[in-house]
Amino acid sequence: MNAVADWFRTLYETTGINLTIFYDAYDFQRYAAGIGMTLFLSVASIVASVVIGAAGAAAQGSGSALVRQSVQAFVVVFRNTPPLVQIFFFYFGVGAVIPGIETSYGTREPLLGNVAWAVISLSLFAGAFNVEIFRSGIEAVPRTTLEAAEALGYTRLGAYRHIVLPLAVRVCLPALNNNLINLLKTTTLAYAIAVPETLYAAKQIWSESQNVLEMMLLLLATYMVLVGVFAGLMHQWERQMRIPGYHR
Amino acid sequence: MPRLSRSVPPVLCAILIVYAGSAHALGPPTPASALEIVIKWAPLLLGGFAFNILISLLAMALGTLAGFGLGLLLISEQVLARRAAWSVMQFFRNAPWLVLLFFAMFLIPFRITVMGVTIPLPDWVKAVIGFALPVMANVAEILRGAVASIPSTQWEAAESLALSRRQTVWLVILPQCFKRMLPSWMNLYALITMATVQASIVGVSEMLTITAQVHAAEGGRTDLFAPLYGFALLCFFLYCYPIDYMTARLERRFNVR
Repeated sequence: MNAVADWFRTLYETTGINLTIFYDAYDFQRYAAGIGMTLFLSVASIVASVVIGAAGAAAQGSGSALVRQSVQAFVVVFRNTPPLVQIFFFYFGVGAVIPGIETSYGTREPLLGNVAWAVISLSLFAGAFNVEIFRSGIEAVPRTTLEAAEALGYTRLGAYRHIVLPLAVRVCLPALNNNLINLLKTTTLAYAIAVPETLYAAKQIWSESQNVLEMMLLLLATYMVLVGVFAGLMHQWERQMRIPGYHR
Repeated sequence: MPRLSRSVPPVLCAILIVYAGSAHALGPPTPASALEIVIKWAPLLLGGFAFNILISLLAMALGTLAGFGLGLLLISEQVLARRAAWSVMQFFRNAPWLVLLFFAMFLIPFRITVMGVTIPLPDWVKAVIGFALPVMANVAEILRGAVASIPSTQWEAAESLALSRRQTVWLVILPQCFKRMLPSWMNLYALITMATVQASIVGVSEMLTITAQVHAAEGGRTDLFAPLYGFALLCFFLYCYPIDYMTARLERRFNVR
């Protein structure tokens, strides 16, 4: 570690390329924490948005027109408004309305912090897309398949669990992966409400060390790796789950 | 694949947004109701919104032009050109838009001198370039996808008519691609329009910046956040929903199977 730090310090002294995070322990810790926060935001909102998507798609199959219409309204509103304004609306607008808790100093502390609001609004935004994706997957399962299951004596729930869902997930996987990869990139918006994720950490570092170009390139490289690894994993999963004899 | 029916009247959604925004304005009597304040500042806010639209249109035009060039390189027969174009496309497609925006903001000089003529580059022009970069990569990918979806028999038929490669691409393949590209291209436009608010983070005074200023001008009342941001949501919704709706309709019409 010391050799690396020395090398980067020498690099700065000889060429002026200042990559503080590799020799300054404080900057390194800050940037690493930023990446950790990005990963946390991504994982939390991916899980929550998939749950929202599945629940929404299930609710769209409900018999009640009111439930169907509400889900549809949710999807349409969240798909067609900017995610950044959604984050502001939730964090400033809704966050100011819901009751807070009193701290030991007697000041009012909001019940949900900026990280929680970032996760909530990112999940709702991506979840709205997931509802449509899951629904199109369920609809893509041929009717005859369902009838075949019925003929074999499957109950409605049994057919759903063992026949429809496994097929639907495989059909909508490419679209789902696309959306989740987009979600990973959208977590940068949390920067706007001061969530200390990667972009925020990089901004802090370049404001203090005046190394905008180096940090920018490092930031892009970081996201390339994050998105690349995630996309690679998802595509591998997609290949493993491919339905033989379906699509080409 | 059956598409989702978009039967919910947009009016219902609009009402929901406004309601959500002004729900607590019904509370105790305040100096001015949230609705009055929104109406009072609406001209200024809508001016900001028009600026968002302008940025989105310019970014889309610039990005489409560049993306077309990049897309043509992607389907080129030269391996080297194809590889290079592919890396450029992957790079700009995988980078978060906000990071690219920061990139454009900090690394493009505030003015450039071309042959003795100094051209100033204000922040919003840099933002346009920042948004045009991801548009370019996505348009290139849309073009590549459309070309790949043309049956190979078209290429063979053109060849049997003794058309050169350039003639094949321009006279046979591309005209068939435009129709296939249109829905994805419109979808991309809606996405870039919604992304323009990110310019407020880097200091361009578009709608979201003005919204924050209006909020401060009204004394920074916390109960005003929801109606003001709700109004911004409503503006974008009314602009983007018709595009989304038409995209879905076009997709359904072109995907006749």
